[in-house]
Order: sequence, then structure tokens, then C-alpha cells
Amino acid sequence: MLSTYQYPKYEYVQPPEQKNGKTQRYPVVVVGAGPVGLAAAIELAQSGVPVVLLDDDDTVSVGSRGVCYAKRALEVLDRIGVGDACVAKGVSWNVGRTFFREEEVYNFNLLPQPDHKRPGMINLQQYYLEEYEVKRAQELPNLDLRFRNKVVSVAPQGDGATLQVETPDGIYTLETDWLVVADGARSGIRRMMNLEIEGKVFMDRFLIADVVMKADFPAERWFWFDPPFHPGQSVLLHRQADNVYRIDFQLGWQADPEEEKKPENVIPRIRAMLGDDREFELEWVSVYTFQCRRMNDFRHGRVLFVGDAAHQVSPFGARGANSGIQDTDNLCWKLKLVIDGKAPSSLLDTYSDERGFAADENILNSTRSTDFITPKSKISLTFRNAVLTLAREHAFARALVNSGRLSVPTFLTESVLNTPDTDSFAGDMVPGAPLDDAPMRENGENFWLLDRVANRFMALVHVADPAAVDAEFGQKIEALTKAPIPLEVVLVAPQAGKSPSGLRVFEDYTGRYAERFDSEPGTVYLIRPDQHVAARWRSFEAARVTAALAKATCNA
Amino acid sequence: MKEETEMSLILKPNFNEPGKRYFRAFTPGDDFYEALIETHHDLNDEQSAILNAKLVLLLANHIGDISVLREAMKLARQGIKGETA
Repeated sequence: MLSTYQYPKYEYVQPPEQKNGKTQRYPVVVVGAGPVGLAAAIELAQSGVPVVLLDDDDTVSVGSRGVCYAKRALEVLDRIGVGDACVAKGVSWNVGRTFFREEEVYNFNLLPQPDHKRPGMINLQQYYLEEYEVKRAQELPNLDLRFRNKVVSVAPQGDGATLQVETPDGIYTLETDWLVVADGARSGIRRMMNLEIEGKVFMDRFLIADVVMKADFPAERWFWFDPPFHPGQSVLLHRQADNVYRIDFQLGWQADPEEEKKPENVIPRIRAMLGDDREFELEWVSVYTFQCRRMNDFRHGRVLFVGDAAHQVSPFGARGANSGIQDTDNLCWKLKLVIDGKAPSSLLDTYSDERGFAADENILNSTRSTDFITPKSKISLTFRNAVLTLAREHAFARALVNSGRLSVPTFLTESVLNTPDTDSFAGDMVPGAPLDDAPMRENGENFWLLDRVANRFMALVHVADPAAVDAEFGQKIEALTKAPIPLEVVLVAPQAGKSPSGLRVFEDYTGRYAERFDSEPGTVYLIRPDQHVAARWRSFEAARVTAALAKATCNA
Repeated sequence: MKEETEMSLILKPNFNEPGKRYFRAFTPGDDFYEALIETHHDLNDEQSAILNAKLVLLLANHIGDISVLREAMKLARQGIKGETA
């Protein structure tokens, strides 16, 4: 087993504390160098915050584990410098097909619209993502990534936390102003702090087999309800990098995990599916159960929980790692503003509120998928099969087929950081919405909107002709950008042109921006550093922008 | 497909709830389906069968148009004992 991937072994370096015997204090310590902890550490370090990242291991994820990375997570990974590597190595896909017994009953396309930089989803073994993130982390001089550093105790205080950390050289003490906890579903820190995580366990078991084979299956997600090769249960097939295929077999609660993992029991299941002629090799096998649960609050004073440490979902829908990566994206800009003294620490409560809202949505959707895939009663199975039977012929029933509602970002419509609309707009780019992408051009160079609208607040001001923007308007905007919260103002225009006041101009050369944002000359969008809409108006007024910026940073 | 356009029975996705705004096309159908399964919570098979019968009668009266109900009944029966359209 394990033939396509060579696991890196990262070097353990004795921490300075153990070399010189002095305890040091850091602005931020992140615990757990999985995909989420790495993303948090990289994003903070990139924004200028020095970070220590602790991990108890010295390699990447063992086994492919999380394999589906959604468009929104890719957009965040782009900003931490690993999106291209992931997309180049991964298998991009948009189409999912669902089969009932022997027939296809339904298919979906995650991204039916053109003109988005990233696909709906890529499949990539988790170890590749972590390897790319480690490489990126090691390029950053203010990111101190410490392997084989295991946190053995935590003592939160009003102004930070003190950690005891065990290394091959013994135990040392480390102090931090802020602690970001990304140590996974069985979070040691959460346990050490006696914090509850509540939810429900699903009484079912699933077998994951990673299989290496040459096959010409299309880059699509295939899902079977009750297939002839695995009667009464569900099966899911995904293609990953290196000709590795992920096959997921529902086993039922009675299955014995140790027995089911044995190759002599796994191989016949795969043969039944692929036929006797297909050559394949088993690369990795695991049997899992899952639960849907979340912490009540993701913030405990100076301790902030992200990813699986804070919330867990069933795997149907790929809402685990994808939501964890979005947690870091929501948290890091807020933490940076608080550390810099530009926002009160109550801004971090909105991290818990907004990502808690997202976690509830993820739990709701993945619980619904699980209930459809594995019905818990005879009547539930009858309804499920009736839906699948009607789905062959009728569109309404196809819409009810739920083989996993795949990870999409949450519309943070309830957030206190939003300034509610006072003007009328069509479409979905409401305050709290995650930004749609659009092709743009600046100084003759084409790019994607999402690649240039991030990491700081931005106001996109739609004008008919950038050359006609007068000096008075330029002065108003200049005054805005001198406020304590960094804000960049960019003109968006249907045509190229130089603004006399020296503002940047994004040319909406396809008209997609105008269409997707229901934007016309005069329209202003205020965008958060994590690419969510904070406010929008039909006309520019500096005082309204200032007020919305204050609201979006808890400075109102 | 031609047959569907001549029918008055709605077969396109049609779920919605007053006052609710949806950002994802799958949400209204999933809202309904969850409520439907939840209605059967804790019932045995016989109790569920009675609930289903009552539900059909309530909805049938709400729809009222018997020609629409006949179409639905015909489609519902299809494929169960080998019947076809």
C-alpha cells in the first residue's frame, strides 16, 4: 500500500526556549499544522503578524483524507499562495452524477456560469495540500513552524495564554497574546480547557478505499444509491491526482471496522464494482463514522477555535476542510486589526457569530444529506426511493435528490458587521454575500476580480468614464483612504481610461461585474478583507462609507 | 417532454416559503423534505401509513382541481405494478 506518494519528513529544530532557557512571549501561537492551522498561520504572517505554529508530528496527513476542495476554499488558498499548485496537481470538476440501482437519475453542475477563475471543486489528496502549505509557510520569515512540538497543557489568562510544550528535548513554556486552536476533531486544547462540543453521532460506518488504477472515468463525482454491486447501501467515486480513485462504501452500523479494513475483504467489494478485468492496487483503506457537532462559542477570551476543533460535519458535501479554511479567512483580518489596536476585541466575537452561523448551515446541509443517503426508518427509505424513482422523469423530484449538497460559502446575512441596504438591488450580492468573481482589466492586463479584491477593505465605485471623474470627487476619496482602517478605493468602469485623481481603474470588459453585482454608474460596493460585501449604495457619499467601515470593524 | 407541457400538474421544482429568501436552489426542496421526514418521527409503520393517507387527503382538498389530482394519481401509480404511461 501507499505507492504513489512519498511522505516528507520535516526536520525537528530545537526551539530557542530550550536552547537558551528563556521563556518568550509571542503575538500569536497557532496549534495544529493541518490544512486549517497552516492556512491561519500563513495568512497572519503574510499580513505582518509574527506567528509560531506548533505541530506534534513531522509529516503531512497520513492517507488522502479530505480530498474535495471547493471554489471558495481555492479562492482563499490563492491568497495564501498555494491555489495554483493545488489546482495544477488536483483534478478539477463541476459535474456530479447520481445513479439509483442501474440508472442515472440526476446530475448537477456546480458552476454552470462562465467567467469564474476557479472550478466548482478540485479533488486533491490532503497530503498534497499540506505539503504545499508547509512549503509556503517555510518561505515566510515571520512564521516559525515547529514540528514535534506537542502542547501538553494550556493555561488561558485574561491577556493571553501560557502553554507547556513537549519536544524530543523535554518540556518548555511558551507565552502568547492570542492562541488559535486548529488541532482537529479530537482537539487536545479543547479537552484541556474542559470545553463542550455538542451534536449528534450518526449510527453508520463507511469504508474508504484509495485505489490506484488506469481508468478513463471522466473527472466527475459519481454517486450510487443501492447499486447492484453493493446492494442496499450507497457508494461514492472520486478521481484524485496520480490516478488514485477514492471509493466510499456505506457499510451499515453492524460492520466490524477491523474486519472490513482487511484487504481480503476490501478487494472483493472493489472487484464487484469495477469488474474482474480491471487492474488496480489498494493504496489506503480506512473505516470511519462521523458526527455533526459544534462548540457553542468559537472564542474563549484570547483563545480562538477554528476548523474541526470548533465544528464537525458528515463528509457528504465536503464541508469540513472547506469550512475550516473559511474560518481562518474570517478570523485573520479581524485578529490583525485587534492586534494593531484598530478594532476592539469584540470584533472577534463576530468571528464566532459569523462562523457559527456558517457551521449551523453546514451541519444542517450535511445532516440532511446524511438522512437522505442513509434513511433511518422504513418510511424514510420509502420516501427516498420514491424520490429517486420520480427523478428519472420529473424535474421537481431531481431537485429533491440529495447525494450531498457540496460546499458553498455562507451568505452572512445576519451579521452585525453588515450595513443593511437602503437602496434597491437585484441579484444575490447582498450585504454579507461572498463576492462573485468576474473578469477585469487594469492597464491592459486581464485578471480576476477575486485576485485583487482582498486582504484590506476596498470600495468599488462604478463610473461611466474614469477620465470624467472630477478633482473634487478625487479629494473626497483621498480623505477616506487616510482613515485609520486601511481602505482602498478603485473605480470600476465599462471602458478603459485614466482617472485624473490617480485612482486605480478596473475595466469590466465583459460586463459580468455589472451583471452579477447589479451595478451601474454611481453604484458603490464596500468589500471586506475576506471578500464579503459589507455595504452597497446607488451613489457615493463619503460619510456613509466611513460609517459602514466603522460598523464592519466594531468601531461604530 | 411534450406531454409534460400539456399537463396542468406542476412537475418543475415549486417549493418556497413566504418571507424566505433563498441563495441556493436546493434549499427550499430540502426544507420541505426535512419537514416531511420529521413529521413521521417516532411513528411505527402503521402510524406512518395513516399519516401519509391523511396528508394526501389534506393536500388533495387544497389542490381541489380533480383533473390535476387524476394526473398526479396516474403518475404516482406508474412503474409500481409494471404500469406505464
